[in-house]
Amino acid sequence: MRPLTEEETRALFEKLAKYIGENIQLLVDRPDGSYCFRLHKDRVYYVSERILKVATSIPGDKLVALGTCFGKFTKTQKFRLHVTALDYLAPYAKYKVWVKPGAEQSFLYGNHVLKSGLGRITENTAQYQGVVVYSMADVPLGFGVAAKSTQDCRKVDPMAIVVFHQADVGEYVRHEETLT
Amino acid sequence: RGKPPARGERLAGCLAAMAALCVEELLARAEQREAEPHRSVAVQKELELEFDLGNLLALDRNPPRAAGAQRESRLRSLARDNTQLLVAQLWGLPAGRAEGATGPLVAQLPEPFYRLPREKPLPRPRPPTRWEQFARLKGIRRRKRTSLVWDEAAKQWRRRWGYARAGGDPARDWLIEVPAGADPNEDQFAKRLRDKREKVARNEFNRLRNIARGALPGRGLHPTGHQSRAELGRATQVARVSTASLGRFQPRLPKEPAAPPPRGGKKRRFEPLLGDLAAERSRQLELLRGLGSKKPPLDLTRAVNKQLREEDAQAAKGKGKKRGQRGKRGRQRPGGGKGKKGGARRQQQRPAGRKRS
Repeated sequence: MRPLTEEETRALFEKLAKYIGENIQLLVDRPDGSYCFRLHKDRVYYVSERILKVATSIPGDKLVALGTCFGKFTKTQKFRLHVTALDYLAPYAKYKVWVKPGAEQSFLYGNHVLKSGLGRITENTAQYQGVVVYSMADVPLGFGVAAKSTQDCRKVDPMAIVVFHQADVGEYVRHEETLT
Repeated sequence: RGKPPARGERLAGCLAAMAALCVEELLARAEQREAEPHRSVAVQKELELEFDLGNLLALDRNPPRAAGAQRESRLRSLARDNTQLLVAQLWGLPAGRAEGATGPLVAQLPEPFYRLPREKPLPRPRPPTRWEQFARLKGIRRRKRTSLVWDEAAKQWRRRWGYARAGGDPARDWLIEVPAGADPNEDQFAKRLRDKREKVARNEFNRLRNIARGALPGRGLHPTGHQSRAELGRATQVARVSTASLGRFQPRLPKEPAAPPPRGGKKRRFEPLLGDLAAERSRQLELLRGLGSKKPPLDLTRAVNKQLREEDAQAAKGKGKKRGQRGKRGRQRPGGGKGKKGGARRQQQRPAGRKRS
């Protein structure tokens, strides 16, 4: 377990900034406690200082996870965000997409969101912008990348993909072994 | 003078006195420094030095007077004086400008007088190839051959081998006579093909064997010419370091990655696990600020799209009002025509914007 290096921190923040923009500083600098990012076996964990201090007493090879896993660094040092970060992305998301009840199930199975399943989308979303996907009851379902800007979403045919799926809460069941 | 000077005035007075002292010191030092260069350009020696400027060598045959307590300083001044004389000689050489009129001034050194001995031993002569051994044995010597041969049938000068050779390409023969002692049922074409393949394979085998023995000129390299990535990397490294400055001023190749920072052979070091969290947080906030500042404040695409949206909304409002005045019932959606035209315009704008962002 170790803190992140400069390059790793930059990669992490650049990824997070795609979804929550400048609200990352609310994650870094919190009024209700001291939280930090730590790297353990290529995974980035967001953990409070109290828990971190306790976790130092566990040997490294026996430690499975601590705090919240935000994602992991791949072998080529690229950062990949996991669904376990959704709890921290959802409240600070800048661009949101609401999905109709009929298409919720499809998204939770890992499919992309089609125009026919699109309920609402934040105004002036750019193409390939990171978005957080909600159900119509404002429950965060996952996150992805907008395949079309808001303008284009209006004009495109109903079978076109509007949001590329990246992670959804169904992964807690599907990828139980790999998530920590 | 009734009152003693106030504290502030006393301080000012002290500072003024100190400043005066400092100024005197500075002036004295400056004078000393000015006198120095004039003093030390002229060097007196009993015996003149011998110079070999090709090797940048100066030989001083004066007996050294470096003994006793001040040995270090005497040796140092001796070295300085001799270097001064050598540099004075260098300034006397014919000089030119390297790399055009604004390049650095470069002296043209004469041929070196002393020949320096070899650092490494002479390379061993290469062992002869199998053919060379055979030729030496048989006494065969190399004959100079012409590259073109007169072809009687084509009445032309044709090359000795290769494309359109004299005597025709044996592989293209449409007829091969069965030789006297051969089996009549044997396929002569297949036999010719097989023989050629065997000859080529044997030649290749001998070539590789020569390379393995180190008999060919490129003997440091990989025999089949296909070096692995690691070998090529090592070869580049060796080539880089094999210069007079041990590779220090060697420019990188176009796509060669930059040199890894010299870590002195130490392990990678990380920040401590439970170090100063506040400092870590401030560093991260700095990083965030740096990341945020890189984004251009004006996103051209979005600004243009916003403008177009507003125009569309205005146009739609105006159209709706007019329709209402004419008496048409129901609000017409401005989607159809206007949207399409706007979309076409936007399509033109967007590709350029995307490239920029």
